Amino acid sequence: MTELVVGTKKGLFLLEGEPDGQSDPFEITARAFAGQPVDFAMRDPRNGRLFAAATSPFYGPKLFFTDDDPSSEWEQAQGVELPEGGDQALERIWVMAPGEAPGTIYMGADPGVLFESHDGGANWEINAGLWNQPSRPDWQPGGGGLCLHSISTWPGDPDRLAVAVSAAGIWLTEDGGRSWRRGNRGLGARYLPEAPGETETTALCVHHVERAPSQPERLFMQFHGGVYRSDDGAESWAEIGSGLPSDFGFPLKVDPADPDSAYVIPLVADMDRVMPEGRVRVYETRDAGSTWAPRGDGLPAEHAYLTVLRQAFTSTGAGERLQLYFGATSGDVFGSGDAGASWSTAATRLPPVFSVTAA
Amino acid sequence: MPVVCVRGPLRALAGGRGEHELQGATVVEVLRVFELEHTDASGWILDERGLIRRHINVFVNGERGDESTAVSADDRVEVIPAITGG
Repeated sequence: MTELVVGTKKGLFLLEGEPDGQSDPFEITARAFAGQPVDFAMRDPRNGRLFAAATSPFYGPKLFFTDDDPSSEWEQAQGVELPEGGDQALERIWVMAPGEAPGTIYMGADPGVLFESHDGGANWEINAGLWNQPSRPDWQPGGGGLCLHSISTWPGDPDRLAVAVSAAGIWLTEDGGRSWRRGNRGLGARYLPEAPGETETTALCVHHVERAPSQPERLFMQFHGGVYRSDDGAESWAEIGSGLPSDFGFPLKVDPADPDSAYVIPLVADMDRVMPEGRVRVYETRDAGSTWAPRGDGLPAEHAYLTVLRQAFTSTGAGERLQLYFGATSGDVFGSGDAGASWSTAATRLPPVFSVTAA
Repeated sequence: MPVVCVRGPLRALAGGRGEHELQGATVVEVLRVFELEHTDASGWILDERGLIRRHINVFVNGERGDESTAVSADDRVEVIPAITGG
């Protein structure tokens, strides 16, 4: 049985079902935060604690958690706020990621802020090293805001972390977040007049970054026009999008068992953010981006102009038993239990899907 | 003292009471005291800049107010979510 934690425009949904696609669609087992946008939600695999980042249109972004029945009371996490008296307010929580140290969780938010918790997510503090970056006044927001949307831990080393900000590029730390430096060499922004390589001051619109856990020096990136791979821990990047119908998109996933296997969901372009040709397809590489192959068996094959948002693609398991799930703003959720070879509909007619995580 | 009136989730976060007599000479002062006295509601009305959140309206004796609106004893400061959503 697989549990999906689905954040939507109108609340949190928990789904349960079998990944084989042979049985019925997933069952909705709980709904919480009815009517509120839930931008990101996940269950910490280490202790089962369930988190939901909800942005009330009235009361602002808040993080809630529960260790019990998600249909009952949730507790509000403390410290999820910017320093008082400044000229910015917290706009939205984008992502959470369990850290390598026990009890540590990271959280990325708009405006380009990283929070960390060392007590399992009840209390949070802002990462001062990144918040006080001297270049911060020059950071420019992308269309979704100045969002810190990707957090890549380094398996076995709690001091090494890569985060990505749209549109302020990749930031790396090797001292547990006390100091940060850029990791943008090789990225080329087609939406800027500067030549590729001018990475220290350019506004780099990274859309998503994932590390290959079995080979931590390797990361994959979906850029705002471009798919990239790094083999040196995000110091430098090489373009690998050739062979895709479009190199524009948002989420991507990496097979934890195979650093050569990754999955992207291309959209037509930044001016037309729907599936190419109205066909729903996930593209898979098994050779680290040298070639790509469509995987759409069981997915809508015509008149399906879906949009999959940045946090709406997830995986669990590995290798041949890798499970992949993605949700669309249409309210559909699709899943594969065989590493993308075949797909089925896990849910339909949900509110627009903002995030999908699996437990 | 001015009376701050809250409803919905703010009332729940403030111990279930809808009316609160609070010290302050302006709207933002009484709202800040409200959030200090009811820490579960901290950040729900005022953001980190000290501004009233965009989709919350404040009325003083029935008239629309803002952070700097002066309040005095017997004034009623009503905190009401705006019409918004989609």
